[in-house]
Amino acid sequence: MQLWQNLPFAMILLPLASASLTSILKGKAARRAALTVISLVTLMAAAFVPLMQGYGGSYTFMMGHFPAPWGNEIRAGMLEALTALCFALVMLFSVLGGLKDIERDILLDRQNLYFVMCELTTAALMAQVFTNDVFTGYVFLEIMTIAACALISARTKGRTLVAATRYMIMNLVGSGLFLLGLTLLYDLTGHLLMSNIQEKIVALSATGKYQQPLTMVIALVTIGLGIKSALFPFHTWVPDAYSSSTPTSSAILSSLISKGYIFLLIKFYYRVFGLREVANTQVEDVLLVFGAAGAVIGSVLAIRQLDIRRMIAYSSVAQIGYIYMAIGLGTQSGMTAALFQLMAHAICKSLLFIATGGLCAASHDKRSFPSLRGAAYRHPAAGAAFVVGALSMIGIPFLSGFAVKLAYAEAAVLWGGPRMITVLSVLAVSTMLNAVYFGRTVVTLFRLREEQIPQQQKWHGGPCFVLSCAALSLLTFILGLAADPVLAAIRSGLEMFS
Amino acid sequence: MGNLFNNYEEACAIILFGIGFTTLLLHRNMIKKIIGFSMMDSAIYLFLAAKGYIAGRKAPIVVDGVQSMEAYINPVPAGLVLTGIVVSVSVTALMLALTVRLYRRYHTLDIDEITMQARREEA
Repeated sequence: MQLWQNLPFAMILLPLASASLTSILKGKAARRAALTVISLVTLMAAAFVPLMQGYGGSYTFMMGHFPAPWGNEIRAGMLEALTALCFALVMLFSVLGGLKDIERDILLDRQNLYFVMCELTTAALMAQVFTNDVFTGYVFLEIMTIAACALISARTKGRTLVAATRYMIMNLVGSGLFLLGLTLLYDLTGHLLMSNIQEKIVALSATGKYQQPLTMVIALVTIGLGIKSALFPFHTWVPDAYSSSTPTSSAILSSLISKGYIFLLIKFYYRVFGLREVANTQVEDVLLVFGAAGAVIGSVLAIRQLDIRRMIAYSSVAQIGYIYMAIGLGTQSGMTAALFQLMAHAICKSLLFIATGGLCAASHDKRSFPSLRGAAYRHPAAGAAFVVGALSMIGIPFLSGFAVKLAYAEAAVLWGGPRMITVLSVLAVSTMLNAVYFGRTVVTLFRLREEQIPQQQKWHGGPCFVLSCAALSLLTFILGLAADPVLAAIRSGLEMFS
Repeated sequence: MGNLFNNYEEACAIILFGIGFTTLLLHRNMIKKIIGFSMMDSAIYLFLAAKGYIAGRKAPIVVDGVQSMEAYINPVPAGLVLTGIVVSVSVTALMLALTVRLYRRYHTLDIDEITMQARREEA
């Protein structure tokens, strides 16, 4: 056991401990503390990836000196390291990019609490990525839900309260189903650690007993996490929650919190049930159908929106549908594509939400398309960032969106048959739809009428905003240009996973 | 049918879960929604506790020096129930706080009415 193997534990514990300290600090100090802690977590995650690569395997970390079947465990492999790095980076730049908006949107004496919630979300995300214990997964999932609710309702203007309430109701339904699934799973197997549960499940399916309860468990866990991550028919809470909160909250919600749930689901499929058991229940077909439907319908709904933030929110629904569609392929290459899309979309969506925050700030806080006309001239940094994000969403080469679509097409062709046709046609249709609404938005942002040419002040958004836009755009480019090493790393991580 | 009667605790728990679930999802009154949520979670704890109990054994607290495993029931479900209760208490508190804020702003507890008012406000 080497010293660096403590890193995942530190990545969870540091934000968790600092969150309780931050709650007694005042606004500015709380902000500094939160930013320091999140940067530290990012640094640790960045150091952890090469260390894991050098180690070339996965390891489990015992918590509190209780050995395996009883104690709590953390597990780390290549995939966890990569996901943790992606989540930490997105978290850092989402908070940095939205600092100005946080100052304007949230009451001064409450701002420290907002940063507490950011830290709690970081801790919960890291815990979900690294945990090897299903019940720990549940507890941190609830912490994340509570923090998310606070992140939405932190802004006092607009309909954030209603949005937060609807968010909570749907999420409580989801966690109720998930908890019921875990309870049944514990009754069936008598274990809480993922690896032990899987051993028992393999033994159970060999005897052929308890197949119905097992199917029920898989269904409950899938539906519970599906509701929480806004899978298509359960997406009704998304537009309000993503569009009325402050930009940082929208970025965190759409690119991190929903992704945390999906990562947990993939982890359950691989490490708890095992892919073969999941394939027996045909839950993948259901995910494929709902994912494909979500990808198309989310885009269609996005076209109809008049509010730019709601449009991006519906585009999130479409992209989540994409991820589930690839999970629904049920193959190794499908899962690789799903995880790559998970990372690419996390980066791209937070870039779009942060950039939109800047564009709206430069347009008198209006969010309808007519009032955003020419906003890219008023706020060049935000305009450029939005263009990068939009082009990536459409799938222009050299950007992450293109690499994702390529990975999807490859995964689909490898599988063949009706699933290939479904995935390829959904790819084609949704790319067109994406081009329609993101193209229209970009044109609007750069369209000026003569009398409107603003000689007024130009917005800069401050160094933090520019830095976070530049960093997220750069990451979008990196994922697009260096897709192969990332995909290879994900593949090797998945092999360690099962 | 016989199975249902033999496992009446589990059957009860699932029925309660269903009642709580539908109340949380479908009822218009915020307070009743929260009650539904509490019922749903309590039903799961009942299920866990029922599953963790082994007839004829005692609570896992060592008394009179009896150390044998056969004397006690499984302590893990009780631990899970405790953790779960902590989670659901905090969620309930959060929901109640949200309800207070909603009531102060919209003067009603009806979620449909609140949504309508919020929409009108925005327009």
